[in-house]
Amino acid sequence: MHITPISESAVVCVLPPPATLDQQRRLWAFAHQLQQEEDIVEVVVGMNNLTVFMDFMTDFTPLIQRLEQSWQTLTVNTFQGNHIEIPVIYGGEVGQDLIEVAEYHHCSPQEIIDRHTAPTYTVYMIGFQPGFPYLGGLPESLHTPRRANPRTEVPAGSVGIGGAQTGIYPFASPGGWQLIGHTEQALFDKTREKPTLLQAGDTVKFVVERIEL
Amino acid sequence: MMEVLAVSSRATIQDIGRFGLREFGISQCGAMDKLALKAGNLLLGNEENTPAIEVPLGGISLKFHEAISFCVTGAFYEMTLDDEPIFTYWRYQAKAGQVLKLHHAKIGMYGYLCVRGGFDIPKELNSCSTDVRAKLGGINGRILAVGDQLLTKNDGLLLQKVGIAPIPLKNTIYALPSSEYQAFTRKSQYNWWQTKWTLQSNSDRMGYRFQGAVLNLEKPLEMLSHAIQFGSVQVPPNGQPIILMADAQTTGGYPKIAHVIDADLGALAQVRLGTAIQFEAVDLAQAAKLRRKNDVYLDQIRSIVDETY
Repeated sequence: MHITPISESAVVCVLPPPATLDQQRRLWAFAHQLQQEEDIVEVVVGMNNLTVFMDFMTDFTPLIQRLEQSWQTLTVNTFQGNHIEIPVIYGGEVGQDLIEVAEYHHCSPQEIIDRHTAPTYTVYMIGFQPGFPYLGGLPESLHTPRRANPRTEVPAGSVGIGGAQTGIYPFASPGGWQLIGHTEQALFDKTREKPTLLQAGDTVKFVVERIEL
Repeated sequence: MMEVLAVSSRATIQDIGRFGLREFGISQCGAMDKLALKAGNLLLGNEENTPAIEVPLGGISLKFHEAISFCVTGAFYEMTLDDEPIFTYWRYQAKAGQVLKLHHAKIGMYGYLCVRGGFDIPKELNSCSTDVRAKLGGINGRILAVGDQLLTKNDGLLLQKVGIAPIPLKNTIYALPSSEYQAFTRKSQYNWWQTKWTLQSNSDRMGYRFQGAVLNLEKPLEMLSHAIQFGSVQVPPNGQPIILMADAQTTGGYPKIAHVIDADLGALAQVRLGTAIQFEAVDLAQAAKLRRKNDVYLDQIRSIVDETY
């Protein structure tokens, strides 16, 4: 693990490539453990890395030594995320790229839906927008290039595929992903104690609510 | 209560920000110039973290529906109270019915209209700061609009007119090398500190885009998404730095050449579009000294206000 300061108040801990689910699992456990420590303000899990936010520092050496030590003595099996099923309305107005994606893969829209709902995905991290999950586990047979012309506004709740990734947009935003469906399930609810539906370490399964072709 | 009569800029309600929620992808937001916001609040005897109206560059006109003490800090606005000129970093009393106009910022970018007691805005996720993208805080998570009525927690007038030393603006901003500094070519490292960088017009609360020399990596760097923060200097493939500002998203994927020190984030926020600035390297000890200097400034305001209650 390589630890480098990024500011007066934060260090990033980077694991050697490639990013694997095993390494990511260790990072969730590490984040979970560090969050219990009193002087650590925030911990953010990235892809194959983790950032620790503290109060301002004038010397990083003791912190880096401490993090290295904690990482070596880390016990991993303690952290278990939640499993969440997300109902998706495939196709239709907000999933208008479903047919194009099917054409790209030379199969039927139903086949795309079957492939997309088959795996159990893992939330590697949350970032970009409140509650936006970086999901691992998209089958290679669904990897699809992003749209040549990104949309200026992708509606909130859109379920899409961008390259080797799949995910859900919690908020409307510009985006270049292929939209294959949408969900009414709120990914972000400011009234909840944990305001996001998903957290790093959770597992996700997409289920068909309806198909609109 | 104060009513928005006219507004020509993206004015928002801001406090110090929304903390502790980055792991959920929730941005900190908060004032672009936190030192100016704190100074304004302290001048009125408020807590540092009291919500105020942040006004970038343009203008806003508001009508006071009650007598209240107020001040404007941060950018130097051309301002009038019932058509009489008034000045930034001074505490005034408004009478019910008077109209305050912030015409435009003459120096600096972000002005803070603070009122005695602060605006009565419900906290969302522990902050009143407006997060326009996540629709949190402020007035329904949006920029201020004509007709908005803002309640205050007015708790008595401060009768004496008092002014404080304004925060000086500067063209040299202090920064620390960040995690990917060594991945840039020697020439690019040199250029980062030596170039005069011009702030581009497509800059906003999320990021300040600068133009100057081109910053190149020694060799292409495969960066995976990682946490970023207010002050991180990212360099996308076009080689032109973007400094993340208060509304920064929580994670990003570009290499970071440097990080603007905490003490200078407000000064950076006040750099005007089209202006050229330079960055200078400091170490952690100097960064701490400069933070302490800002604290001393705020302590001085506290002591002035204690004497003039």
